Amino acid sequence: MTLAANPPRNTPWSRTISVLRDVMSRPSGAIGLFLVAFHVVLAIVSPWIVPHDYKAMNSAMMLTGPDAAHWLGTDHLGRDVFSRVLLGGREALLVTGIATPIAVTWGGFGGILFGLIGGRVDEVLMRVVDAFLSLPWILKMLVLIVTFGTGIEVLIPTLAFFYGIPVIRIARAATHDVVARDFVSAARARGHSRLTIIRRELLPNVLDTLMVEGAMRWSWMLLAFSSLSFLGFGVSPPTPDWGLMIADARGFMSFAPWGVLGPVIALSSLIIGINLTADALAKALGIDRAQKAPV
Amino acid sequence: MLRMLLRRMFLGATTVVIVSMIIFAGVEMLPGDACTAFLEREAQGKLLENCREAQGLNRPAVERYIDWASSAVRGDLGISANGQKSIAELVGDRLANSLLLAACSLALGVPLAIFLGVVTGLWRDRPVDLILSTLTIFAMTIPEFVSATVLILVFSVWLGWLPGIVLTSASAPAAEFFPEIMLPVLVLTMVMTAHILRMVRSSVIEVMAGDYIQMATLKGVPYWRIVFRHALPNALLPAINVVALTIAWLLGGVVVIEVVFNYPGLGRMMIDAISDRDLPVVQAIALIVATVYVCVNLSADILTMIANPRLRTLHMRRG
Amino acid sequence: MSAPLIEIRDISVGFTGKSGATLPVLRNIDLTVKAGESIGIVGESGSGKSTLALAAMGYLKRGLRLLEGSVAFQGQDMFARTRTELEKIRGGELALIPQNSGQSLTPTLRIGAQLIEALRLHSDVPQAEFSAKAIELLGQVRLPDPAAIMTRFPHELSGGQQQRAAIAMALAGEPTALLLDEPTTGLDVTTQAHILELLRDIARNRDMAMVYVSHDLGAIARVCDRVVVMYAGEVVLDGSTRQVLKAPVHPYARGLLASIPRLSDPRLPVALDGRPPAPGGAGQGCSFVDRCALAQEQCRSRRPVLERLPSGESVRCFRHEHAEDLSLTGSGAIPAKLDSDAVPALRLDDVAIRYNRPRLLDKLLGRDSASVATVDGIEITVAKGETLGLVGESGSGKSTILKAVAGLLPPSDGRITVAGGEALAPEVEQRSPDHLRRIQLIFQNPDDSLNPRQTIAQILEQPLKLYFGLSGDALHQRSAEILERVRLGAHYLDRLPSQLSGGEKQRVAIARAFAADPDLVLCDEVTSALDVSVQAAVLDLLNDLKSTQGTTYVFVSHDLAVVRALSDRVAVLYQGRLCELGPSADVYATPSHPYTEVLLGAVLEPDPDTAPTLSADDVVELSPPVRGCPFQRRCPRKIGPICDTDAPPWRYRADGHGIRCHHTIEDLETVQRKDVAERCA
Repeated sequence: MTLAANPPRNTPWSRTISVLRDVMSRPSGAIGLFLVAFHVVLAIVSPWIVPHDYKAMNSAMMLTGPDAAHWLGTDHLGRDVFSRVLLGGREALLVTGIATPIAVTWGGFGGILFGLIGGRVDEVLMRVVDAFLSLPWILKMLVLIVTFGTGIEVLIPTLAFFYGIPVIRIARAATHDVVARDFVSAARARGHSRLTIIRRELLPNVLDTLMVEGAMRWSWMLLAFSSLSFLGFGVSPPTPDWGLMIADARGFMSFAPWGVLGPVIALSSLIIGINLTADALAKALGIDRAQKAPV
Repeated sequence: MLRMLLRRMFLGATTVVIVSMIIFAGVEMLPGDACTAFLEREAQGKLLENCREAQGLNRPAVERYIDWASSAVRGDLGISANGQKSIAELVGDRLANSLLLAACSLALGVPLAIFLGVVTGLWRDRPVDLILSTLTIFAMTIPEFVSATVLILVFSVWLGWLPGIVLTSASAPAAEFFPEIMLPVLVLTMVMTAHILRMVRSSVIEVMAGDYIQMATLKGVPYWRIVFRHALPNALLPAINVVALTIAWLLGGVVVIEVVFNYPGLGRMMIDAISDRDLPVVQAIALIVATVYVCVNLSADILTMIANPRLRTLHMRRG
Repeated sequence: MSAPLIEIRDISVGFTGKSGATLPVLRNIDLTVKAGESIGIVGESGSGKSTLALAAMGYLKRGLRLLEGSVAFQGQDMFARTRTELEKIRGGELALIPQNSGQSLTPTLRIGAQLIEALRLHSDVPQAEFSAKAIELLGQVRLPDPAAIMTRFPHELSGGQQQRAAIAMALAGEPTALLLDEPTTGLDVTTQAHILELLRDIARNRDMAMVYVSHDLGAIARVCDRVVVMYAGEVVLDGSTRQVLKAPVHPYARGLLASIPRLSDPRLPVALDGRPPAPGGAGQGCSFVDRCALAQEQCRSRRPVLERLPSGESVRCFRHEHAEDLSLTGSGAIPAKLDSDAVPALRLDDVAIRYNRPRLLDKLLGRDSASVATVDGIEITVAKGETLGLVGESGSGKSTILKAVAGLLPPSDGRITVAGGEALAPEVEQRSPDHLRRIQLIFQNPDDSLNPRQTIAQILEQPLKLYFGLSGDALHQRSAEILERVRLGAHYLDRLPSQLSGGEKQRVAIARAFAADPDLVLCDEVTSALDVSVQAAVLDLLNDLKSTQGTTYVFVSHDLAVVRALSDRVAVLYQGRLCELGPSADVYATPSHPYTEVLLGAVLEPDPDTAPTLSADDVVELSPPVRGCPFQRRCPRKIGPICDTDAPPWRYRADGHGIRCHHTIEDLETVQRKDVAERCA
């Protein structure tokens, strides 16, 4: 009404911009985006700004407290904790940053396909999806990692595969919702090809759901990645990684807590940042995220 | 409704069968088998051949699957590759310990989550809600090992109130795990409460905005009566499924917690088995966990069906 | 005359908009309701009528604030009362009957429990007699088998039954005033007529005051003594029902009345152009000024006050003396006439449609699982350039037939052919591009039929690219042309559907259908989601397009007056079977099929001098009977067992008007004439 009196022009980018503006206007979105951006930038520039060599050991300076040279002290091998914290997210961001889009893409396409096929084929395939989901993630991941190793070339496909499976469910449900609407029937009645209907009618409407889903998958993937490192199945030393650092420093927690606090704050702030962004994005796009299960 | 119940149960059973196939096929595809793991470096030539012969590993995969699956149904989970012990015996105590951990967290977390969820939903956008909702995001997103580490640091290292590590042996009776179990329970409760709270909150908000709540208000029903009689039964229905999914999530999260606290449960046994490449044990644990998952979800579906008059009375309209 | 029961004095209600400004939804409303009086509040969507009714209970929806004024019930301010006091009055002395009871009854509580709750809170009935009293109340609202209804959950009742249960609940507290918020919207015509008769009787017998909120002037004409017309959050006219409906002195009220299609008048209704201002957008002048034919300079600069006229009504207009210059009746076009020997554009040959495919298990066991077909034995020919109306209540299969013609729902039996006798493939995927282009479908709700993520240009370009291979400038130019044809400017091209009003959206949907240059356009309840004044504009547009393009229409609606306004011929459907088919003038006159008679009798005209005739029960049937006449269970003119066993034959009058009934045409004519004569006497 007042809107229609003088509406903004709708160019392909105008929606993206308005959604982004909406996200930024929410406190959670602004804080979240800032944290995510901060970590991403840090991951890119950290090799050039770290004050010390992350793998330089110094047996004379083991587990010293924070001082002017070592802002967060040193670890049990005498390495600078601050430098290692700055560098500790690079591997995680690289792996999950590549695996998340792959997971959402394949899961999304799978879900749309299942949703469109319907019938008995869909029933059977969904049981297989259920079966995969009924196994804890850590078991599925560990079996593969223990067998094939912990390199990026194993971690990325493994994470992408397993985290794509729950996306199938979400995409399928979203597809069912859209297909039931009259504009899809209208396109069918006009005689458009299936591909056109998927591309023009279905995808734009399912994409919102997938975006929010992607943000959530990213945070869970980070959680899984750092848990694996923590358990000793992820990044191999001496590469710095928050999960691994926390595991190493835990033993000396009673007299050298700085070794734990640095990576704890770094890891938490990144994951919280992603979640706050996902929350704000879901609200901006009108999707209720709280109704989603934590699987 | 009986038809729907039977259908759900059939689907659940199908899922378990498919899981067992996936587990078996998955383990089958991995390089090595029980014999290579047991014999380690000596796994070659005649010795390997004999071992395989003795274990029946030379038979076709389909035959071995049927064998494995049918004995699993009878409760016989096979023999571990390393210790040559019955897996059912090994797993028994560990499963009980894990269930103890899960049960304590549920008993604490579910009522708390529902209570806080209703409070935040009813007092939406007030200070209580803002504070709790912010805490929820923290509790939900921080990895379990991080919160566990922080809690140990605070309660065990700095304050010295609670033991930070479990030293009781696996076969000890449940009572002996107190107070060591308290920190792991606290961590699990935190995460679980956060997930359920969020869902209950949004469900309460949605229901309270509904037409029938407005109608009840305009019918002169007192506020608290509206909340308890008209709103909550409807708002909490969807919570049943979320609780189930959270329990299912617990099964994965519990692994990390058990390692952090050195708790002798199924999760830690699983990690050990994977590290030792004890494939029969991995298979058995995977099957147990998957079955529990399916059963929990199935019970939630059935419970929802019983609690929701719309589903319960479906037969009356459709014949 | 007694003291006023409800006294609303100069209230304004508003909310805080996105920009932070306070936007009013109600502006300076005065309204008094005396004991035993029944008042209708009429207005289109967004006029604030429901907000006003709820404000009378001291209730505002979340986000709304009382800006000024007061609401008194029995002399005491409702907004100044404590929660406990309000709880006592609401549902007690002052009760509400909500719109859409399906959603207003708590789904997890049985009807009995909800009714007893009302009794416990608001009546002196002793606890031991709660159930007896509840059953008595359910009986009073004429629900069959009240004891059984007590144990039902809301979703187990039909829409009409839910509404009756809600009425019973309101009566539990022996109210002195009853607020009704669109109580019959969404119900079938016959159900609506029954509920209204019930409400009339209740109000008379108990001497209750009623405030009846509705967009439907026909319903209001039936139950109210006085009518208040609202526009953009203001009362623009307040007078007796006769004054307001017969000779309204406000230009908006006249426009509104003229836009209502009537059974008694075959002409098209006249549209009211433009749309009401958004909350806060009314400016300094009269809120109706932009749409008013009588507007003058003063109307723009000053806001008129509600002025009391010597004749008793109050009006908010500077120019009310000239209002009578505006026509009240449809000066609208008479629908285009058809050539009698025109070629058939569409033919349905013995078409049957089933929703449930046979189940696998039944197939294996060789069981005959095929339930009764949803739609069966449809034989219709539509001539080129003709408009065929399909009418029936919900569940009559009218939309199902359209979906079958469009290829979205393949028929299980029969043939569908188009002009030239070419058979249409049952599924849309197998149809030739030419067939696809020639048949276009327009859906009921444009919010659902327009992709929210596409701009209007993208929406219109799809058929143009698909059927004509247009691109570049030609494409853009053609889109603009098509938009022009549905009376929307080219500047709409880069808007999104969400930036358009309901009527504009439906025009875009129409434009999209006509972009294909179709021979046959299928209209599925295309006006039922729209306000009356907007509906008139859409009907006018459709008629216009038909006369310029020579298009053939199949027009589906539950509204008999709307169908009459546009159709050359009408087919009446009940439970997926044809009952009557013929030229519209004949179908709407006697003799007619007993079901048509029931439908026509239940229609409410916005005229205080007409009354509906109720001859059949408003039972909702879920599936058609296996044998015999589809209308056997409700027919007021049932002959006997023959109706239950044998399918009725077609009986024709000379002029191609067929009635499918066991009665002969002569019999029907005699009994129906006799009944009319009796009613008049």
